[in-house]
Amino acid sequence: MATQHSRSAARMMLAPAVVLLLGWMLVPLIMTLYFSFKKYLPLRGGDLGWAGFDNYVRFVTSSAFWPSVQATLIIVGGTLLITVVFGVLLGLLLNQPMWGQGVVRILVIAPFFVMPTVSALVWKNMFMDPVNGLFAHLWKFFGAEPVVWLSDASLFSIITIVSWQWLPFATLILLTAIQSLDGEQLEASEMDGAPVLKRFYYIVLPHLGRAITIVILIETIFLLSIFAEIFVTTGGAFGSRTLTYLIFQRVLESQNVGLGSAGGVYAIILANIVAIFLMRIVGKNLDA
Amino acid sequence: MYSKAKLGTATAVAAIMASGAFADTITIATVNNGDMIRMQGLTDDFTAKTGHDVEWVTLDENTLRTRVTQDIATKGGQFDIMTIGMYETPIWAANGWLVSLDGLPPEYDADDILPAMANGLSHDGTLYAAPFYGESSMIMYRTDLMEKAGLEMPDAPSWDFIREAALAMTDKENEIYGICLRGKAGWGENMAFLTAMSNAFGARFVDEDWRPQYDSEAWSNTLNFYIDLMTEAGPPGASSNGFNENLSLFQQGKCGMWIDATVAASFVTNPNDSSVADKVGFALAPNAGMGKNSNWLWAWALAIPAGTQNEDAAMAFIEWSTSKDYLALVAENEGWANVPPGTRASLYETPEYQEVPFAKMTLESILTADPNNPTVDPVPYVGVQFAAIPEWAGLAGQIGQEFSAALAGQQTAEEALEKAQAIASEELEAAGY
Amino acid sequence: MARAVTQQRKIINTTAAWAVGLLIFFPILWTILTSFKTEATAIADPPVFLAFDWTLENYGVVLERSNYARFLWNSIIIAGGSTILGLIIAVPAAWSMAFVPSRKTKDILLWMLSTKMLPAVGVLYPIYLIFIKMGLLDTRAGLIIVLMLMNLPIIVWMLYTYFKEIPGEILEAGRMDGAGLKDEILFILTPMAIPGIASTMLLNFILAWNEAFWTLNLTAAKAAPLTAFIASYSSPEGLFFAKLSAASTMAIAPILILGWFSQKQLVSGLTFGAVK
Repeated sequence: MATQHSRSAARMMLAPAVVLLLGWMLVPLIMTLYFSFKKYLPLRGGDLGWAGFDNYVRFVTSSAFWPSVQATLIIVGGTLLITVVFGVLLGLLLNQPMWGQGVVRILVIAPFFVMPTVSALVWKNMFMDPVNGLFAHLWKFFGAEPVVWLSDASLFSIITIVSWQWLPFATLILLTAIQSLDGEQLEASEMDGAPVLKRFYYIVLPHLGRAITIVILIETIFLLSIFAEIFVTTGGAFGSRTLTYLIFQRVLESQNVGLGSAGGVYAIILANIVAIFLMRIVGKNLDA
Repeated sequence: MYSKAKLGTATAVAAIMASGAFADTITIATVNNGDMIRMQGLTDDFTAKTGHDVEWVTLDENTLRTRVTQDIATKGGQFDIMTIGMYETPIWAANGWLVSLDGLPPEYDADDILPAMANGLSHDGTLYAAPFYGESSMIMYRTDLMEKAGLEMPDAPSWDFIREAALAMTDKENEIYGICLRGKAGWGENMAFLTAMSNAFGARFVDEDWRPQYDSEAWSNTLNFYIDLMTEAGPPGASSNGFNENLSLFQQGKCGMWIDATVAASFVTNPNDSSVADKVGFALAPNAGMGKNSNWLWAWALAIPAGTQNEDAAMAFIEWSTSKDYLALVAENEGWANVPPGTRASLYETPEYQEVPFAKMTLESILTADPNNPTVDPVPYVGVQFAAIPEWAGLAGQIGQEFSAALAGQQTAEEALEKAQAIASEELEAAGY
Repeated sequence: MARAVTQQRKIINTTAAWAVGLLIFFPILWTILTSFKTEATAIADPPVFLAFDWTLENYGVVLERSNYARFLWNSIIIAGGSTILGLIIAVPAAWSMAFVPSRKTKDILLWMLSTKMLPAVGVLYPIYLIFIKMGLLDTRAGLIIVLMLMNLPIIVWMLYTYFKEIPGEILEAGRMDGAGLKDEILFILTPMAIPGIASTMLLNFILAWNEAFWTLNLTAAKAAPLTAFIASYSSPEGLFFAKLSAASTMAIAPILILGWFSQKQLVSGLTFGAVK
């Protein structure tokens, strides 16, 4: 279809984006790689020579490494699970005829507009504070001992906060997908008297497959690097230290740039493993 | 060139003071503590006197620390003045990152700065950061609750007495907790408190050969005492309480005793913010009968990063904000109780200030802290609640998380100490000790 | 009979949807309400919902302490600038991938997305050094570039999915009429893709507005946006819920209002190609 001329034109138009992103990826990556083989301690005078693979070994053998990978996966996985499940349910609900649909939709998507720092601060202080938080008041009202959310249930709390922020996004995408579902097909099955669950399982869910994949892909990209939510709430304590946060501690708190950079390389590897895994699925879905 | 710049500074400051000729704009990074916010409010006075404008970058403590450290370590030059503490100053000065404050004029009266503060902010005998306010830690307690418990607070109580009093004051039904202590992880939070506390129990961070001592009995005693005390008489969620959280609890009347920074005294006795303003007493931080109290020494200070374009204006600002005149200015606007404390000897000789209820105990606490000789047994580092080595922030940050988790009941004190020992050994070894 | 059932169902749906909607919105509502309370009322137990003495005191304190207007302006410039710059670069790229696809198109698209997975924390040090060298620290231009690069993959992806839905015949017809590439994009494609572009713009504006790592770490005073503004209220001494709420409300209000007014565009356009 496309002529030779339009092909080269197309390449020209693609070039700026590709070149920029390539630079954005390669320049920091190469610098990170460089630092990761250095003993680089700014507080001790900066560059203290080559370190070989010392930083890499030290980063993985540190007792904090595997728990941090685990925390990362739990937070990402937990949030994905919650946002997808509730996103589908909310999407189905919002698709029903009702009064004030527009307003409800506004209410539901509002958390998406709140900056992560603010949402973490609000949740941490006004809801999860064990003395003055709203949850503490609520628990006491029912005669229960207030839960110390951020230390006793740190991962759960962080997942809650992050899910609250990302549920609107999932709901929106899934709602759009549900709206495109063939109404006649649904009605026909309704006439047939197919039970709700069966209808959902055989007609709605397959139709949503693609949308769910996209929600998972986009959210994972953002969730792997969540930072503000942890920085504000637990500071990485109580088992909520993700890989991103561990790197932050190495680079900025310990001022060990070499070690932190090695951690950065590991994070890139982890992200790419997840990415390849995801893209396999998405790629398949994109063809379909 | 260096000495030329220094020479230039003194004359330039004088010239600017006189004429207000070269108006510069300086950028100051500071922490969002009450005294600093007050300083921001008074900036107009500085601008009127010198003609220089000030851009404030006000951040919370954690953000500020990472932000300024990142900037100075890379020579980013984003700030003309940084608010830093006793921990950073000697390390940064040793790296040649800070401008020496020798150039301050005689009227500034640098000798008036309390020796403990000046020592902590100097490197090789040269002052590199001017203290904006200084603090030690002490006990703040509720006189009414103490009376109700039938006890009397001695001036220098022991930890055993504190435990007894805390238990007697606790009334969980009415949300009154005998003692509030820091539990939030962080080298400037729970680690500051626990390290200072461990000094009284005869513990130390490392021995003379830089071998970590978290596996010692003294540390085990410290941590177990702390956890037991907080479990029995502390507020819920203590493991996420830092200075601010505890201040808020105390102001609401929910703490019987609170051992924390002496600067808090002015907040808890301020009737605008505190519901218990007229019922607060003060005492020295507790001891364990080994000759050391559990009090620390800290100063928030203003320093000029080397290489700034606006060194003269920055110097003029430091001169203004840490001068005797500034103290008088705050006193005039906000009352003597709100003057930034703990920096100048002359403040404690001012008759009006001597009437402030916490003035005497603050000074006494500051005077009993000795960064050069902080522990019962000798140590190779300087610093009471920290060790002034570059690795401290990183390793204490991680250890603080272990101690915080132990307080939250997620692990035992022994497990936390074992991990602390491992973390400290790992980090110190990596740094080549 | 059937009608009664629908009516009944509608009532149930409405109740359920409103309940869920209010529950999700509640944290924001609570923050806004708290911002009008005194510090003492803000922590009152039992909590007061509406029956309190409304006060603007907290807003007064925040406005006096911080130069809100400048933070707000910086946020607008940075978020707006990065979005526009992103579109300028992304529209041609998305066009070429949608209409002149090659075997590599999908790989390029996915590779672009994967650049977003670079952990920002890990590259802060290199980026900071580069910024020093280029004099970009604490400049709005620097942040515009960084945020544009961060969001470029998302912009390209979104535009690509919209463009793909535009039938190729229309372009063919245009070409027959002798329309050049530029004309094709400007006069045929862009108008058709307006809803998609609008929704892309909105989403990226929101993402850029809320970005809190680079905006905080690469700025000092001059270019600091609202994410830095909020950092000075996060844990001050003493009671602070009311002031925190006021500052939070001020930080999120502009984008919340924008979002509400444009939610139709956002909702109708935000598909990421999820729908075929």
